[in-house]
Amino acid sequence: MARKKLVFEEALKKLEEIVHQLEDGQLPLEKALELFSEGINVSRYCQASLEEAEQRIMVLTADEGGRPALKGMTP
Amino acid sequence: MRLITVGELTSYIKGIFENDKLLTSLWVKGEISNCKQAVSGHLYFTLKDSNGCIRAVMFRSRASKLKFLPDNGMAVRIRGFVTVYERDGSYQLYAEEMEPDGAGALHVAFEQLKEKLHREGLFSQARKRKIPVFPGCIGMVTSPTGAVVRDMTEIISRRWPGAGIILAPVTVQGESAPADVARGIRDLNSLGSVDVIIVGRGGGSLEELWAFNTEEVARAIFNSGAPVISAVGHETDYTIADMVADLRAPTPSAAAELVIPVKSEVAHTIEALRLRINRAAGDNLGRARRRLDNCLQSPVFRRPADKICGSRAMVNDVLTRGLNRSMEKIFTGKKASFLAAAGKLNTLSPLATLSRGYSVCIDQKTGGVIRDSGEVNTGDAVNVKLHRGSIKCQVKDTLKENQL
Repeated sequence: MARKKLVFEEALKKLEEIVHQLEDGQLPLEKALELFSEGINVSRYCQASLEEAEQRIMVLTADEGGRPALKGMTP
Repeated sequence: MRLITVGELTSYIKGIFENDKLLTSLWVKGEISNCKQAVSGHLYFTLKDSNGCIRAVMFRSRASKLKFLPDNGMAVRIRGFVTVYERDGSYQLYAEEMEPDGAGALHVAFEQLKEKLHREGLFSQARKRKIPVFPGCIGMVTSPTGAVVRDMTEIISRRWPGAGIILAPVTVQGESAPADVARGIRDLNSLGSVDVIIVGRGGGSLEELWAFNTEEVARAIFNSGAPVISAVGHETDYTIADMVADLRAPTPSAAAELVIPVKSEVAHTIEALRLRINRAAGDNLGRARRRLDNCLQSPVFRRPADKICGSRAMVNDVLTRGLNRSMEKIFTGKKASFLAAAGKLNTLSPLATLSRGYSVCIDQKTGGVIRDSGEVNTGDAVNVKLHRGSIKCQVKDTLKENQL
């Protein structure tokens, strides 16, 4: 779950890069269209990532062996 | 000699104290030790330096007004008076005001630790870890009770609904606090899933914040795998934890604001980027389309054969016509100058004069034209050239110009 959010950060960065390259207008048409379709895919991925809402607030405790364990937090 | 009781003696001594100018009102400085706050709220301690000590008391009415919590080892200045506590037969200092004297022991300890860790490079900017922009799981090392944990959880959940939070509950002040906080940081790291850790507590006195000025907590932050945001609720003073941490937030609430962006804003950003991609792609297409159209509208593409053949004919035509025109111009010019020259030649010819009846007389010997009668003598042979033919003559006589 953690790594996924880091991937999201990269994806958002990628999306910004694509926008800048397209807006620059220096690309051959074929490359621009390729980037366009990549950009649309990345933006869909980013939007989908935001939809994932799995609210989880946990408390760190210790199990019988004294190892760290997690339990749900009671508000 | 009169025999007196202990009570009378004590009372007598007390009288001496209470009539002494210095003892009834003084400022004294020293270091606090054996400090205890009684249930009653009175503060009992010993004030000492290397050469002596005096027992002291600060009653609740005064102690409750203190801005700091006096603790063992603190250097203080105290205003008060000294008198005898008759029941114990001892004298003590009654403190009415107290303030820290310059750098107290805590400050000294703080400065010493700061210097040591600084030398070791624990505060180096170069080794600070990058705080992730979108943490999937946020660890919090703080007290499980109170407003701090509740505020942080609320702020994080409001900014990013669905954010993962793992709380490591610890005590944040008192004897066990440093070890507790350090263990919380280590335990969160041992989970392997925590992207960033907030370590903090609400505001408090220097003593209450002390755990965050300990070497144990500093090293735990330094050795943390996940980046650490310190959030010790004290806006002005930096703790050692603040200096070691990868990012310092002035308060726990501020840390919660810093640790994660607002999801709805991020959603807007993504949407705006998507629109820009669409527009930019449209612009790219439009530009390509216009270039293509421009090319297609060129005559070369519209009637290619005509263009090529037509061009050759036109070139030939232009060249031929130009050549002809030039030749004609040259010819006309030459002809005109020829005629002019010929005309001039005609008027100058002596033959033309002869045709009008004049004749030319030429010396037969010399062949020269005779212009003066003095050039010939009687008997000389001359030829007279006429318009048609000539006459051979012999000079009979010569006359001067005026003898005609």
